[in-house]
Amino acid sequence: MPRHELQLLLRGLRAQDYTCYGPTVHENTITYVPIEDVAALPTGYRDEQAPAHYRLTKHENQHQFAWANGPQALKPLLFKPRQSLWTAHKSDDDRLDLRESEPVNERMAIIGVRACDIAALYLQDRHFLHTDTPDPYYRAAREHLFIVAVNCSHPAATCFCASTGDGPSVSYGYDIALTELEDGFIVVAYSTRGQDLLQTLPRQEVTAAQMQQADDQHEHAIACQTRTLPSRNLQHELFSKLDHPQWDDVAERCLSCGNCTAVCPSCFCHSEHDAGGLDLAQSEHLREWDSCFTEGHSYIHGITIRGGTRERYRQWLTHKLGSWHTQYGRSGCVGCGRCISWCPAAIDLTAEVTAICTGDGDG
Amino acid sequence: MDNPYLPYEARIIERIQESSSLFTLRLALTDAQRQEDYQFEPGQFNMLYLYGLGEIAISIVSDPHEGGFIDHTIRVVGRITRAMSELKPGDVIGLRGPYGRGWPMRIAEEKDIIVVTGGLGCAPTVSVINYIAHRRERFGRLNIVQGVKHSSDFIWRERYDQWRQLPHTQVLVAADAGAAIWPWHVGRVTDLFDQLSYDPSRSIVMMCGPEGMMRAVIKAMHECGLQDSDLWLSMERNMQCAVGHCGHCMFGSSFVCKDGPVFRYDEVKPLLGQRGF
Repeated sequence: MPRHELQLLLRGLRAQDYTCYGPTVHENTITYVPIEDVAALPTGYRDEQAPAHYRLTKHENQHQFAWANGPQALKPLLFKPRQSLWTAHKSDDDRLDLRESEPVNERMAIIGVRACDIAALYLQDRHFLHTDTPDPYYRAAREHLFIVAVNCSHPAATCFCASTGDGPSVSYGYDIALTELEDGFIVVAYSTRGQDLLQTLPRQEVTAAQMQQADDQHEHAIACQTRTLPSRNLQHELFSKLDHPQWDDVAERCLSCGNCTAVCPSCFCHSEHDAGGLDLAQSEHLREWDSCFTEGHSYIHGITIRGGTRERYRQWLTHKLGSWHTQYGRSGCVGCGRCISWCPAAIDLTAEVTAICTGDGDG
Repeated sequence: MDNPYLPYEARIIERIQESSSLFTLRLALTDAQRQEDYQFEPGQFNMLYLYGLGEIAISIVSDPHEGGFIDHTIRVVGRITRAMSELKPGDVIGLRGPYGRGWPMRIAEEKDIIVVTGGLGCAPTVSVINYIAHRRERFGRLNIVQGVKHSSDFIWRERYDQWRQLPHTQVLVAADAGAAIWPWHVGRVTDLFDQLSYDPSRSIVMMCGPEGMMRAVIKAMHECGLQDSDLWLSMERNMQCAVGHCGHCMFGSSFVCKDGPVFRYDEVKPLLGQRGF
């Protein structure tokens, strides 16, 4: 598909009542917002990422997806940072009327989704949907989600999806996948509805040279990743090193700010609280993203189970790379590297894990 | 579509002051059909909602076959429990539940029972003692062991006296520190274990309280010949959603709210007592 025809894809989605969300430059980061025109895409932008470092740079080229990721992608669109669950109304005769907040059935099409984010989406699906008590709000956003994926051609220095097995190219979970080349896109459909939409778009045969370019890009996107995890299943390893001195070492540096959990596409912790109206006639019960790095997260009747940063960092890491295996059949890390870039203390999860699992420490 | 987070209105039928900081609320769901359909097992809990403040997880202490009401014994600790302590009969709150896995009552049938409780009137074990008391013939010998910090923390003396009257039942109480007229033991609950009456090959231990105490009980029971699978415990962690979504109650890979709160010891063995989990 020639580059200038990408707009037809958006038009086709809108014709099916989808609201298109796409990556744009917002506050100097890549942010997914509703878009109507491909002109909103971050044309010519690259991202430069390193521990505690994220910078966008503008270049003289027409590439719209030549960057790795921004602080968020799918998570806030499906598992909203703040969600009303129900509202309690107090009537004049002191009855309590409890009314659920209706889930909003959305038809979202998200453009430019990366393989790591699809892997994280599937993890969130397992947590919020594949349970006896599915979350109605997540389901309402998820049910009609249309994904236009992009194979990652320019991983950041913080990326390690090749190591976790989740990227750089998509292999499942999308409706349509794009491979961005110099002069346009290779477009592939995965789902029936992706196929149906593709039928409505003008297409050309992919040339052998274009195929080669796509393959080269894929190989390069793997080869350029330098960060790795020691193994895809570190559950036993981490839980056998709970007293490793590296936990103290990282706790000296960690600010316990929770940035890593906020940008992590699989972190699901949230807390619930009430927001009372000024007239005391009603009180809204909300949930908001929470973090295992907060003091309140482990509070129970006068005791904080994880009072120190060491215990909190250890909780996060042993859960993310360990307990997820028992809970959901795989690691909770998809190798997106966001927790590395957005950590104000430049803590690199891959380095910490490597020190704990392969170092000489006791434990 | 079912919303797993939505509570239902419940009315306070009765309020009992158990001690200076402990009270029991007897509740009934306002919707009579919903109350009639409400079923639970000993050891399960409800989320109770106080208007404008929020929800808390509270164990159910009444008997599952006494229809018409649901009892919760609550200790005043934080702002929600403090405000709840001021509720009066006729007031309404929100209730959703029951949640979690309760005590293994079927496995316990025919067996000798050892219920060990530490701390202030640990509600999860009260439910199990009452359950056995009402179906005494289904179970073997019953040992009720209660540990408190100070003798003045020992509440429900009448209730313990009543339990002592049950056939093949003994009540053992220990306080870390006792007053002058304290008739019970001064020391640890495990000091009393040589007085237990049970057959190690067909016994079950159900316990609730500080994790340090539970580990001491487990060690002592192992020495008496009980296996990991004979030992059951009720865990407490921060709970916000009660359906395994919010992440607060995670204990290793277990969600205490839905995989527990009652666990068989071997399910939590690797991390029990590990600081920070």
